[in-house]
Order: sequence, then structure tokens, then C-alpha cells
Amino acid sequence: MSRLARWWPNTATGTIGAILVLLVVAIALVGPFVAPHSPTSFVGASFAPPTAAYPLGTDALGRDVLSRVLWGGYRILGLAGIATALGVLTGAVIGVIAGYVGGLIDEIVMRLVDVAMAFPQIILVLLFISIIGAKLWLLTVMVAAVHAPQVARVARAATLRVAREDFVRFAEAIGTPFRRIVARELLPNIVAPLMVECGLRFAYSISLIAGLNFLGFGVQPPAADWGLMINENRIGLMGNPWPVLAPVLLIAVLTIGMNLLTDTLARTELGHGIETGPVTTNATPDIPEPERS
Amino acid sequence: MRPVRAHPLRRFILRRLALGVLTLFLVSVLVFAATEALPGNAARAVLGRNATPAALASLETKLHLDRPVWVQYELWLGGVLSGRPGRSLVNGEKVLAQVAPRIRNSAVLLTLAGLFGVPLALLAGIVAATRRDGAFDASVSTIALALAALPEFVVGIFLVILLATTVIHWLPPVSLVPPGTSVLARPRILVLPVLTLMLVIFPYIFRMMRGSMAEILESDYIEMARLKGLGQRRLVMLHALPNAIAPVIQVIALTFAYLAGGVVLVEYVFAYPGIGQGLVEAIFARDIPVIQFDVVVLAGFYVSLNIVADLLAVLATPRLRTAG
Repeated sequence: MSRLARWWPNTATGTIGAILVLLVVAIALVGPFVAPHSPTSFVGASFAPPTAAYPLGTDALGRDVLSRVLWGGYRILGLAGIATALGVLTGAVIGVIAGYVGGLIDEIVMRLVDVAMAFPQIILVLLFISIIGAKLWLLTVMVAAVHAPQVARVARAATLRVAREDFVRFAEAIGTPFRRIVARELLPNIVAPLMVECGLRFAYSISLIAGLNFLGFGVQPPAADWGLMINENRIGLMGNPWPVLAPVLLIAVLTIGMNLLTDTLARTELGHGIETGPVTTNATPDIPEPERS
Repeated sequence: MRPVRAHPLRRFILRRLALGVLTLFLVSVLVFAATEALPGNAARAVLGRNATPAALASLETKLHLDRPVWVQYELWLGGVLSGRPGRSLVNGEKVLAQVAPRIRNSAVLLTLAGLFGVPLALLAGIVAATRRDGAFDASVSTIALALAALPEFVVGIFLVILLATTVIHWLPPVSLVPPGTSVLARPRILVLPVLTLMLVIFPYIFRMMRGSMAEILESDYIEMARLKGLGQRRLVMLHALPNAIAPVIQVIALTFAYLAGGVVLVEYVFAYPGIGQGLVEAIFARDIPVIQFDVVVLAGFYVSLNIVADLLAVLATPRLRTAG
């Protein structure tokens, strides 16, 4: 209980964020068990408005919208979770090693990170999908690959601060092996910024994967998926708006909740709020100091 | 004699440009490598799994796939740079002839979004900073936080539901344009995509303007001017704004760079005939020359605007501008 209490945000914003996220996660994970119908069975005419039997009406092919909404969330949450874990882990290891080893390795790694970040992210994912095809593993790996360079940059900066501390010097002095220093001394001490990264990256993963599903490059029909549902049913907005509105609302609540939660985490752990969007996706230029002559 | 040293600013600009060219080169290699060298070559991607060996061989010759990889790359890059990126595999049209109108349409979209969206966000930021923690500041900041969190296509779909199909029926939900006509001839179809992009860029510019202005308004020279009895409007617009706007300009450039990816989803939502929607269609059709060219154009736009953002950041910092 005390562990849970420690993690529960202690501000109003954070609490709202946590409730919103938990609500959507609960719908996505419990949904398949409580759905009244199969997500793929045809139960009526297409775009029929809500009735008592089908509270959200039917979709383009006459399937129960409520059941499809309840079935349509676990994939995107799972994919976003795996992509985030993979990306943050890879980025953290790269960043910690670059920051701790320094020198030429650091220089090479960070230049590669610059190049990786010089590519518009969704375009990079689309490029690989265009050749290999719309595969869920590819989607996950590409989203992770989009995250890794940005996490590496954060992890490197945090490592540079920690690596100067006495306990790291001490560990080096008594001959602690490199891997142990990385795993036992450095990584545990940059957990706070990495947690914030996890939050940011997860919210961004949801955004990106929902977008790719919406474009039709992710989960394939007839499977139910929130992003895909929006695309499949937007021609019927005039008839029954729910097959579009329900998934759109769920994605919106999830991403907004995640941002509120991460913002609170950043404020309590790092002392400043998050800056999502283009501000964090780009490096501040390494402006040269004017030389004194 | 002292060695002649380049002005640090010029050295920075040259280094940044060189890095940009290098990045673009690597981008072109990546695009090429991804589309040509990955398992399942271009010919197979186009013709599908059941293609006859003869058809495969003939298409491979046509795409120069029988030549060494570096020769293929040279041919392709030479074509892109000279404005002749080949022909579409789907309809045999010249890629440039097909993509150029789309680039123009996307440019119209971005320009209009910038023309209306940037002043709106700047003004909201300034007003919020001058009345910090007031009702306006609190509500607009909350809206900005929500907008920053929402995926672009979700913003677009919300607007469609709100203004086109369900709540009120003011605007066309899709931007259908007969081929050969300019999008500007049909301003109604532009409203929703432009509005979406305005909302997408709003939070970043608003937040930066608000933060920057709030900081300047707390500085000594503004306090001094205030004590001398300067009016609020004059104080903010004439004395604070020139200093507060510098960091915002960089963010505006970065925000537009970010739209290189954003236009893909937003244009797809509205079936708007721009380069982003063109890319999605090309991917569905496996039209590799079009995919390659679209990606290079979008990435080039992104890289260029990043350079512009960096240069603006330096030029907007007087300490660096005048150093030497």
C-alpha cells in the first residue's frame, strides 16, 4: 500500500491524469471479457443508430460498435507499451554508455543520434512500412527506433551529471567492472528522468500507433482497433457518429491523461514541467561561445 | 601576424549548413537503401508474390535493379537532383508532374495555417502572459495542454464531427478537388484542414510566447518603464515584445518542421490532395519512385527548417550576432 501511495500523484492535475489513464486502460483490458457481442459478427444494418440492444449502434458493416470499442483497445495499448519499453531501454543503454565512456564513442553515437532525429518520425516509419509491409512487429520496432535516439540524448545528459559524483569515482577507484558501474551505479541514479521519458514516449507511442492504424498500416481488418475504426466508419458520420466518436474520445482521454500524469511526474521528480512536441524532438543548437581575442 | 580567423557566427553557420547537407545525404542513402536493398526488392514489391520470373526480370531491368547497388543509387540521386525522378510505376506518369501540384497544395495549406495560426498563437500568448493566472490564461493554457496531447488526426476528426457532419453542417468534411483546379478556387474545402493545422501548431507557439513574455515582463527594465508610468499596451508591444519574440521565432520554425510529418495524417483525414496524402496513396499502390521522391521532399523540408530554426536562434541572440 505504501508503495502504491508513493506512486500515486499528489497533485490535482496528476490525480486527474491518473484517473483518465486508468479508466481507458481498464476499458481496453477488461473490455474483451465483458463485450456483449463478438467484435466481428454482423448484428444489423450498417450505421444503425443506438438502440437498447446496441447502445452505440452499428458500424459500416453492421457490427456492434460497443463490442468493437471494448475489443479495440488492448492491441494499441500493448503495442505502445512494448514499443515504449524497447525504445526507452535501448536509448537508455546507448545514452549511458556514450555519456560514461565519452571520447570518440560518445562523439560518434551522438552524431548518429543527430542524424536519426533529423528525419521526420512518422515518415521514417512509413518508409519502412512501404517496403516490408504493414506488420505489427515492424510497427513496434519502428516506433521504438523513433524513441531510442531521443531517450539516448536524455540518458546521456543525466549520466554526465551522475558520472562526476563521488560514489562513481569511488566505484572506479576500487576497480568495479564497467558493466557493474553502469548497471548498479549509473542506471539507478537516472531513473527519475527515464521515468518521465517513459511517460512521454508512451503518450507519443499511442499517438503514433493510433495514427498508423488510422492510415491502415497497422492492425488489419476485420480486427477491431480504435484507430482503424475511425477510418472505417467516418463515411457514416451522418448516420451513426458513435463508431468514430467513441474511439476518438478514448484516444483523446488516454493521451491527455498521460500528458497530465507525465507533467506531474516531471514537476515532482525533475522540478519542471514537460515540453511535448517539436520542442523536445529537436536539439537546441550547440551555439558557439564567442571567442575572446 | 595573427592568423585570420573566421567570425564565430560565420563558422557556426557554415558548420550547420555542412551538417545539413551531410544529413540530407544520409537521408537519401537511407531512403534508397530502405526501398531498394531491403529483403523483397522493388520489383517484387510492385508485382506481388505471384509474379512470373519474366515479368520480374523485365521490371528489374527497367528499374536498373540488375545493375550494382551504387550505380542504382547514383542514377536515382542524379534523377532526383536534376528534377527528373523517373516515372510512376502505377500510371507511367512523370513523378515530378504528379507530385509538383501536390507540393503546391500542401504549401498553400501550410502557408494559410501559418498566416492565421501564428499570429493567433502569439497574441494568445502575449495576453496570457500579461494576465498571468487569470481566467483567460488558465483556460487557454488548459486548451493548449489538451491540444498538445492530442494526435493530429484526432483534432481533425473532432473538427469534422463538430463543423461538418454531426453538430453543425457548415463545411464539407472532405476536400475533394477536381484534377487540374487550384485548391484556392475552392476556399470552403480549405477551412477544415487549415483550422486543424492551426490548432496543431497553436500549443507550442502559445506556450513559448507566454513563457518568454512572462519572463521579460518581470525584468528590471520593464519594471523601470512601468514605474515611469508607461501605458500597459505600449509597454508590452513596444518594449517587451522585441525581446520576448526572439526565442519564439525558433519554435515557430521547429513547429513547421514538425508539420512535415503532421501533414500526412491531416491531409489523409480530409482527402486533401497534398504531398502527405500522395505519400499514403503511393504506399498503398507500392509506387516506389513516388514514395522515394515524396519522402526525400518531406525530409528535405524538415531538415531545411531545422537549419533555419538553428540559424534564427543564433541571429536572435544579440550576444552571438555581434560577437567577434
